[in-house]
Amino acid sequence: MSHSGNWEVVIGLEVHVQLATDSKIFSGTSTQTGDEPNRHASLIDLGMPGTLPVVNKEAIRNAIRFGLAVNADIARRSVFERKNYFYPDLPKGYQTTQLAEPIVGAGEVEIQLENGDKKVVRIHHAHLEEDAGKSLHEDFHGQTGIDLNRAGTPLIEIVSEPDMSSAEEAVAFARKLHSIVTSLGICDGDMSQGNMRFDVNISIRRPGEPLGTRTETKNLNSFRFMEKAIALEVARQIDVLEDGGEIVQETRLYNGDTNTARSMRTKEDANDYRYFPCPDLLPVMVSEEEIQTLRDQLPELPDARKARYIGRYQLSDYDAELLSGSIATARYFEAAAEHGGDAKLAANWVMGELAAKLNAEDKDISESPVSAEHLGELIQRLKDGTISSKIAKQVFEACWNGDGGPDQIIEAQGLKQMSDSGELEKIVDQVIADSPAQVEDYRNSDDAKRKKKIGFFVGQVMKATQGKANPQQVNQLLQEKL
Amino acid sequence: MAIDSKVVARAAHLARLRVDDSETAELSARLNDILGMVDQLQQANVDQVEPLAHPLEVSQPLRDDRVTEPDVRDKVLPLAPASEDGCFLVPRVIE
Amino acid sequence: MHDKTLTELKAGLHAGDFSSRELTEHFLDRIKRHDGELNSFITVTEAQALQQADAADQAIAAGDHRLLTGLPIAHKDIFCTEGVRTSCGSRMLDNFVAPYTATTVEKMAREGAVMLGKTNMDEFAMGSSNETSFYGPVKNPWDTERVPGGSSGGAAASLAARLTPGATGTDTGGSIRQPAALNSVTGLKPTYGRVSRWGMIAFASSLDQAGPLGLSAADCALMLQAMAGHDEKDSTCLNEPVDDYLGALDHSVDGLKIGVPEEFFPDNLDGAIADNAREAMRELEKQGAKLVKLSLPSIKLSVPAYYVIAPAEASSNLSRFDGVRFGYRCEDPKDLEDLYKRSRSEGFGAEVKRRILVGTYALSAGYYDAYYKRAQKVRRLIRDDFSRAFKDVDVIMGPTSPETAFKLGAKADDPVNMYMADVFTIAVNLAGLPALSMPSGFINGLPAGTQVIGNYFQEGRILNVAHRYQMATDWHQQAPGGFA
Repeated sequence: MSHSGNWEVVIGLEVHVQLATDSKIFSGTSTQTGDEPNRHASLIDLGMPGTLPVVNKEAIRNAIRFGLAVNADIARRSVFERKNYFYPDLPKGYQTTQLAEPIVGAGEVEIQLENGDKKVVRIHHAHLEEDAGKSLHEDFHGQTGIDLNRAGTPLIEIVSEPDMSSAEEAVAFARKLHSIVTSLGICDGDMSQGNMRFDVNISIRRPGEPLGTRTETKNLNSFRFMEKAIALEVARQIDVLEDGGEIVQETRLYNGDTNTARSMRTKEDANDYRYFPCPDLLPVMVSEEEIQTLRDQLPELPDARKARYIGRYQLSDYDAELLSGSIATARYFEAAAEHGGDAKLAANWVMGELAAKLNAEDKDISESPVSAEHLGELIQRLKDGTISSKIAKQVFEACWNGDGGPDQIIEAQGLKQMSDSGELEKIVDQVIADSPAQVEDYRNSDDAKRKKKIGFFVGQVMKATQGKANPQQVNQLLQEKL
Repeated sequence: MAIDSKVVARAAHLARLRVDDSETAELSARLNDILGMVDQLQQANVDQVEPLAHPLEVSQPLRDDRVTEPDVRDKVLPLAPASEDGCFLVPRVIE
Repeated sequence: MHDKTLTELKAGLHAGDFSSRELTEHFLDRIKRHDGELNSFITVTEAQALQQADAADQAIAAGDHRLLTGLPIAHKDIFCTEGVRTSCGSRMLDNFVAPYTATTVEKMAREGAVMLGKTNMDEFAMGSSNETSFYGPVKNPWDTERVPGGSSGGAAASLAARLTPGATGTDTGGSIRQPAALNSVTGLKPTYGRVSRWGMIAFASSLDQAGPLGLSAADCALMLQAMAGHDEKDSTCLNEPVDDYLGALDHSVDGLKIGVPEEFFPDNLDGAIADNAREAMRELEKQGAKLVKLSLPSIKLSVPAYYVIAPAEASSNLSRFDGVRFGYRCEDPKDLEDLYKRSRSEGFGAEVKRRILVGTYALSAGYYDAYYKRAQKVRRLIRDDFSRAFKDVDVIMGPTSPETAFKLGAKADDPVNMYMADVFTIAVNLAGLPALSMPSGFINGLPAGTQVIGNYFQEGRILNVAHRYQMATDWHQQAPGGFA
């Protein structure tokens, strides 16, 4: 009875970006994390009676920077409102946020997919708001502990249009936003700490039909989880509808460890938030001059960076897209290329060996044990013929394991390529002398076959030299002697 | 619109106030008195009028991004009805 | 000593006629003897007051005379005072010892003021009779069977009975002016944004404003001089220079144009109240002022607009009282919902709960446009009415309250009738204008007050008008009997 196939997936994202300001959005309290609970919760953040908010200039600027980066309209006048609901991590009983007049209006972001296709995802708007505190459930013997250190940390919430139709597109969009905010330096992008949080709205429909009921999936603290969670939810919705059921509008909580999701709340118990303009705050007015100044000072953004990689480093579109996609990767790549003096080699290493190791150990490039400078050093040694590419992998491995820098490792482990042709000649002679049958066979073969059969001798020589011989030199010597 | 016990119950829940059944009738009557008075607003011709949130139409002053607020934990935790290990305590919250 | 104005006491301290300690002990003693009857104080801070008085005496000895050096002041219990219980008249905050001090209190202390204690008030400033206080009603010293008005009833009553020579109050819909009128004292609500709201527990943020209550306009000028000014902790507090209020007191009122709105003298107004206000204006006419009839048509809707806006803001402002971080928590909550609901239901009184419910309803989905947004539009109409009027006149006058002090309990079961007590004061809060109430005589032995409204930041002008009136009259000098 399956009607599968022919389902269209409709995805929109709501992205919370924690702004990297020194102080909170409405108070002069440090945004520092990792300290004891409530050490960074001032009278204002605690919602003490009689306290009042004052807006942080840098939070406003950061929101504008984001708006400019996605070609959005910047509101000359924006208004903070109160979203009223009770929750223990929300000290005032309302969240100060923006609704009717957000600071960033409609904008757009271009994403690129694996196959090279490009697509524009529209941004509905982005608004400023304050973060809530944290509820701690462990260690309070059945009760909940409230830590308000995070309460009042500035956020921008970016709301996309439902323009994405697959997990791949959603992840590409999420990565692009991540790249933009980290390139702007307005957020550190650390998803594991919740500094950037993605909520995914998903619905499915038959082609040509109106939009289906959507669900919202939360708690996606990596791109990998986002991809899996979308696949899971799409499959669930298809199952429900194909079994004749109905999708309930609800919020779902994803668990990455088990790759499962459960319903958190349905619309029936949705709150009536009673938004109204915050009477403790006045409209935020932004001048043309301020916007122009911020525009002039914008750092290089991912799209410009990619164009530069193609132009200056002659990288392929694909390589440039990959390397420019994350500010951390881009910075690493540029440092390695600079240090190593070869962008193409640096690109290959960053996307090849390094990416594989990072992936295998689930590490971020910022945590790479091999620094960009060390990779650059390795590239230099490759280029000047000190080591072969095979040995280079060995050096990289050692460097990854903390054995020191490439030069140090090459020296300590005696990995320098054998450049003394006299010594190499002796070894070649020995190999030929030790393999009379293979020599006979080689000599009786035609040119085409010889090309294959010489590999045996090369292998023997490399083995005898522990890989330190220059393969081209070995080849040349063998051809002469055979 | 007249306020009935259902409306009172809904508003009371949103405001996290407990209203016992015995109070509802009296409360509904009072709220109806108030809203009856407030309904005079419907007479006003405000079609072309913008809402006024603040009497003086001035803009929000912005604060420099500097840390100025001190750590007040040791001063405020004793004000809490229940606290432990630097946290405010509430009955278990189930998400 | 207690019959002297703050201005006179200041001169006495300066001249060395008495010390601040003597003065402070004198008032503390009067509070002890008479406040049992009036209930105008929630907390008396004797030890702290004497300490501040001693410090003031040392300052005086060293020649350090500031605006309020050595002068006793009572603060409304809505202002946070570090280390001192700040209850806001509510069971919710009965155990709340504020961890910081309000800017207003701080500024007055910096000018040398001595804090006698914290005065009684309607719970969270919601009331016009001081009957909603968790600490019981305040009695009117002119007739202790009657209310003192509210919400700054404790401030006005303690002042009238000469238990303090100066007091602070707050005014959201008339909470300084109406009790000032009902107790025959002078009370000023400044322009919205003239005085910082930092540390003043919020009722309705876009309407609340702190101000002084005193025995004369000159005393109010003296206190306002210390209270007014920019505060970067309050986004709505304006960065405008503070005028010399004391210096403006004696200016002539010759040629002053007084607007008399017909809406302040409606047909159903008590004739004695109307006559009393007209008589006050006639006195100023004698000094050369001119009366100009005018109309403020939209202010008829000020009470309904106010009773949407104020409860709406209050419903949100009072959400922080949830039994989690400070204040009252119910016994043995069985879960989070129970904790919220019982703590708030047991911690708040009936009127506060009513207003929270009205505000919650007015903001809820489907009613926002019909109530809140509409009320904000009416608010603009009201402000525009005043702005038009102030193109033609310097001040606007009328009665402060439509009635004199009523009997305790008379309106307890009738909130709407109670709300009408502020019919002449509320429009001023919606427009954000400065206004004061000055004693203007007695009706059947009970005080009546006249309101003087000024244009934005014209506090100096309305204090000047009231001062000129008080130079020619002695209503403000009369004290109730029985508090010797």
